[in-house]
Amino acid sequence: MNLKTEKSSRRQFLNTVALLTGGLLVSSVTKPFNGLLAASNKPEGNEPWYGIGIDIEKCIGCARCANACKEENDVPREPFYFRSWVEQYTIKNNGEIIVESPNGGIDGFSQSVPDEDIFKSFFVPKMCNHCSKSPCVQVCPVGATFESKEGVVLVDSNYCIGCGYCVQACPYGCRYIHPEKKTADKCSLCYHRISKGIAPACMEICPNDARIFGNLRDKEGELVKFLKEHTCHVLKPEMNTGSKLFYNALNQEVK
Amino acid sequence: MPQQIKKLLIVFTIIFGIFFIIKYALKPKSFGEFGHYRGLAIIENENKQVKYVGTEACNDCHDDIVSYKKEGPHVNLQCEVCHGPGYLHIQDPETNKLIIPSKREKCGICHQKNAARSENNITQVNLKEHNVENKCIDCHKAHNPYEFKD
Amino acid sequence: MDPRYESLYEALKNVHGYIYPNEISLTWSILIVEYPYITGLVAGAFILASLNRVFKIKALEPTYIISLLTAFAFLLVATMPLISHLGKPLRFWEIMITPHSTSAMAIFGFVYLWYLMIVLLLEIWFDYRYDFVIWSREKKGVMKYVYKILTLGAMGTSEKDLKWDKKIGYFITVVGIPSAFLLHGYVGFIFGSVKANPWWSSVMMPVIFLFSAMVSGIALVLFVYMGINFIRKKVQNMPTLDSIGKYLFYILIIDFTLESLDQIHRIYEANESFEILSMLVSGKLFFTLGIMQITVGTLIPLLILGFFQFFKPADKIRRIAYFLISIFVLTGVFFMRWNVVIGGQLFSKSLHGFTTYNLGFGGQEGFLMALFWMIIPFGILAFLLWLLPPWKKAVH
Repeated sequence: MNLKTEKSSRRQFLNTVALLTGGLLVSSVTKPFNGLLAASNKPEGNEPWYGIGIDIEKCIGCARCANACKEENDVPREPFYFRSWVEQYTIKNNGEIIVESPNGGIDGFSQSVPDEDIFKSFFVPKMCNHCSKSPCVQVCPVGATFESKEGVVLVDSNYCIGCGYCVQACPYGCRYIHPEKKTADKCSLCYHRISKGIAPACMEICPNDARIFGNLRDKEGELVKFLKEHTCHVLKPEMNTGSKLFYNALNQEVK
Repeated sequence: MPQQIKKLLIVFTIIFGIFFIIKYALKPKSFGEFGHYRGLAIIENENKQVKYVGTEACNDCHDDIVSYKKEGPHVNLQCEVCHGPGYLHIQDPETNKLIIPSKREKCGICHQKNAARSENNITQVNLKEHNVENKCIDCHKAHNPYEFKD
Repeated sequence: MDPRYESLYEALKNVHGYIYPNEISLTWSILIVEYPYITGLVAGAFILASLNRVFKIKALEPTYIISLLTAFAFLLVATMPLISHLGKPLRFWEIMITPHSTSAMAIFGFVYLWYLMIVLLLEIWFDYRYDFVIWSREKKGVMKYVYKILTLGAMGTSEKDLKWDKKIGYFITVVGIPSAFLLHGYVGFIFGSVKANPWWSSVMMPVIFLFSAMVSGIALVLFVYMGINFIRKKVQNMPTLDSIGKYLFYILIIDFTLESLDQIHRIYEANESFEILSMLVSGKLFFTLGIMQITVGTLIPLLILGFFQFFKPADKIRRIAYFLISIFVLTGVFFMRWNVVIGGQLFSKSLHGFTTYNLGFGGQEGFLMALFWMIIPFGILAFLLWLLPPWKKAVH
């Protein structure tokens, strides 16, 4: 190989690199990279785009939300299957983590660890995250679960075949097969209430305003204000589900 | 074309034809209206019964209690937190009575002392030590618990 | 107590640590264990038949039609455990009518149909068409018409027609091999694509499923071939058995390597799910994984088959060994499916605890139902062997 061709091939290579880099730069200007947005990407439109905020600092662990949810949505009263439940985390001084949720917290919590051994203890209310990239909607084989235009993940119980794939796909354990209906069931963000302009039952009933429900598009709204004023996190961000359930003061131990 | 292929094509055409007819006949009408789901499902979800009616509805008849409650720390507490959903009661108050909780454990659901509860958020008592013999509402007025019964 | 909840209260007592409240009962039961198991048997048996046809391995020839019919018998049943496990089994048709394009399960319906209708049925049809014509001439009464219908009206028996049968049959086999890979690789994808479950979520899943499918399919053909010879009181053809044994050995090595690779990778990477998974493997899955899948289903067959590659004991000993190995491998692969499906649901997605699985006896998802779907394919196979006896096929 002589020097000239080597040079020209190198120049060609540099040209290609420059072209690729330039192309990347141009395309990054035209289409900003937004993979780092932890919050869900809103679709186009002016309809409300609902999200939920939960303030762990305010939660007193009364689990009236879980109770109200069961009443409002005909969730079986047995200690299995919850659309909404509360977990009590206790981190001991030796680092051991104890999580409890007897009957979802509905019958009340008791602290099994003596106070002097406790490093930290708090409650975490759980419910459907109404993900905008929701794995449960992705896997439903028949389109019996879907995202409404307001960003609420709903189940069509008259069309669900009860295969349970969505139950497996939900990273948060928020779905179950309803023992009577034999179809998938989950939090509907009380769609029958919010569509009439009333807050979901769990939000309405919360005695300490630890739960906030609101429109993520409304920049003046309560939820956006909450997100602005607090350091909020979603559960399992590594799953990239586009969760719209934001927790203030969420400890990393919470899964 | 070999005869095998000809015959198979006929059979497959029939099978696919039947499949598409069935597909057309069985596909729900509202399917695909807004996305890959039955559009009707939205309405079915909307039409469910609202059960928690809210304090304003209670205020229609029990305004005395509601305003009395406003004087105390339970001011922000919805009536239905303790008394249960009121949708049947507001339709027919005589036959559908609401719950009037009286057990100590019921109050303990919020007020039992627990390290997980912040002192700033809620008044707490240790139910195992505090006046064990009596019900909470023997002394406290439930709607305004810092006031005491005679 | 409501009988619906009785087993749940029982399970509640056996929860260790913390699990999400909706995780107490397993959503996918033994029937979903059977579904990838049966699909795997199909794919494996078919791949064995195709290898035989494409690479023209003389010793395997007696198993060719048997593998195809076995694959067909099991394929007819493959979706039945899935359907009978549904909460609303009568709505199963929705998967075909309104398939959701992003759902692995929905697309499986089409992969399945492609494989059933285009590959397997056609291959068998082209193999038997000439015999259908002959039988429809020879038989009397109803059977005459049955065979006549089966020809679909293609009654030609000329040299040219037979040549076409062979040509198209070969083409379908060539298309069939990737289809069989797709069919079972796809089943692996149904599990491997669930990102919420660290025990399932792995790119290796489709490959592992595929190779374990081949292992189980080959073992099934071995079992069925020996069984048929035994029932028909024929002498077992030792070169055929040795040949199947050799392939079983090779594929088993690949399968074991892949599965080990997957586990070693998990252990070395030791993600946040590692602690709970290692507790799962050494605890709740110790019997089904350590004993049944690895020891009985893999190591023992590997050792024996490996030994046979170098030393050839008497025919009688080898016959017994092959028969036992086929059962061992079939059991082992069943428990491999068990460990994936059941194992993946025994630990909580909160990574804080475990639930338990109690296999009921009766009921929609009980042992009897599972047994029923395991026996039916053998019934279908017996019927197929009666309708389409491979030993009465014309030589051409």
